[in-house]
Amino acid sequence: MRRADSSPVGIRVLQYVALAAFIVFLAFPLLWLLSTALKTPRELALTDPTWIPDNPTLANFSDAFGEQDLVGAAARSLVVALFSSVITVLVSLPAAYAMARYRSLVNRVAIGWVLVSQVFPFILIIIPLFMILRDIGLINTLPGLVAVHVTFTLPFALWMLQGYVRAVPRELEEAAAVDGATRLRSIASVVAPLLMPGVVATLLFAFISSWNEFMFALVILQDPGVMTLPLTLVRFTGPEGVARLGPLAAASLMATIPSLIFFAIIQRRLKSGLMAGAVKG
Amino acid sequence: MTATVTRPAPPRRSRGRRRRISRQTRELWLLMLPAMVPVLLFSVGPLLYGVGLAFTDARNTRNHETSFVGLENFAELLSAEDFWSSFKIGAIWAVSVTVLQFLAALGLALLLNERLWFRGLARVLAVVPWAMPPVVIGLMWKLVYHPDAGILNDLLGTDINWLADFSLALPAIIVVGVWTGMPQTTVVLLAGLQGIGKELYEAGEVDGAGRWRRFWNITLPQLRPVIVAITSLDFVWNINQFGLVYVLTQGGPGGQTRLPMLFAYEEAFRYRMAGYASMLGLTMAIVVLAVLGLYLWRQMRETK
Repeated sequence: MRRADSSPVGIRVLQYVALAAFIVFLAFPLLWLLSTALKTPRELALTDPTWIPDNPTLANFSDAFGEQDLVGAAARSLVVALFSSVITVLVSLPAAYAMARYRSLVNRVAIGWVLVSQVFPFILIIIPLFMILRDIGLINTLPGLVAVHVTFTLPFALWMLQGYVRAVPRELEEAAAVDGATRLRSIASVVAPLLMPGVVATLLFAFISSWNEFMFALVILQDPGVMTLPLTLVRFTGPEGVARLGPLAAASLMATIPSLIFFAIIQRRLKSGLMAGAVKG
Repeated sequence: MTATVTRPAPPRRSRGRRRRISRQTRELWLLMLPAMVPVLLFSVGPLLYGVGLAFTDARNTRNHETSFVGLENFAELLSAEDFWSSFKIGAIWAVSVTVLQFLAALGLALLLNERLWFRGLARVLAVVPWAMPPVVIGLMWKLVYHPDAGILNDLLGTDINWLADFSLALPAIIVVGVWTGMPQTTVVLLAGLQGIGKELYEAGEVDGAGRWRRFWNITLPQLRPVIVAITSLDFVWNINQFGLVYVLTQGGPGGQTRLPMLFAYEEAFRYRMAGYASMLGLTMAIVVLAVLGLYLWRQMRETK
């Protein structure tokens, strides 16, 4: 409050002008997408586009649902994302526990790999990966894509999870051991419940990464019959037909919904500080 | 360190430290194994394989005798004009997007750190691009830039096919790159700003330092480690960008937006030149590592 008062009026005005500019820059493409999604084909064909649709309609959304390709692709994306996220968490949970509880060279190698995997251009990995998957018959298959998504979400999922494990005090585990619980039981009954919010967050992160992923899908799935949603959306643009812009915008908006839900949940969780409370209490 | 040394389970009578370490080692490996298998199989393995491919004439087809050619691919790359033009476009793209992203994000983070009205709205908006699938971002901006149905021509009163214009396509996609990458950078910088101790500013105020001096002498130096980290990451992400630009322009018009990764993708999957494309990837990796190394080294030396 004091800082606000100490700012001269001139600076305040400048700050609001700048903030307004940022808000406009960030918001206008989003509003335009929404506006396009609500327009009728006739309005879309106008040479002088309008911001606010004259006859707002939800027809584009139902049209998008009517497109066999899009619905099938969304279903495939859902399957791939579900399998990828569950497998990622199952596979990385033990490793994350090990990384958080034992100090060793393995940790440093794992962390090093997380960093290195950021620097290397995907092309260096994707060509041999394509050859390997082709040789074992996983090209153009959803399991092939799941395997790749798991592999490339893993480093970050590991990183997230080991942070959550670290936040569960070792003393809790030791206390359970003193009470006569076996190691496995102490993990199952003491660590696991405290870890749940972290597991859910990681699961959601892996789900979204897979749901949004484009590059690997582009290389691995080349037959239109097996394509995921991002690929199908891109194909949908195809030869520029203005009439199809409406359903395209509607489908794009719907494809964003899972991520928006994810971010809404994460934000609420960050605010409530669920983990901090559980550990302190 | 000790944990990585695998040794057979010690005999029963050896007790204490040694035995505990060995049990731990076994447990550690057992726990790490499920995660290590996919990473080795689909990530580390292919990476090494890819580095190897760069020195061969491998073709991305089934029936091709692959043979070792040494640095031939590299020589071909250096003499290829379309590689150099792609490299130049990649450099312009990566540097300008990273710099503009940083400046815009720093401005926004400073504003969000003040008590202003509409701050909440700006905060939500600043996270939205992060939540959107890259493909949707690309399609959305295609709608904005659309020559007939797009809003930009209408706003500016122009009649330009932005993404198909030889000189405007690259600036147009740079704007999209900035829009896309701003959220992460803003969030990271804002967290950094909030971590700066209030005492520092109070001390500055006592010393009579003005707004500008406080920014220059307190905020920036305190923020420096965060700035170095996020700009390095942004640079790596930007130079390796593929999906967004693929959706927007597919590298066109006439290769004016063909970033190195799009170039490599075409070589590998359209022309099936696996060895050549791998060498391109390897070259880019080395360039990125060199630029990053130089940048981090200079930053470290200046801090000292």
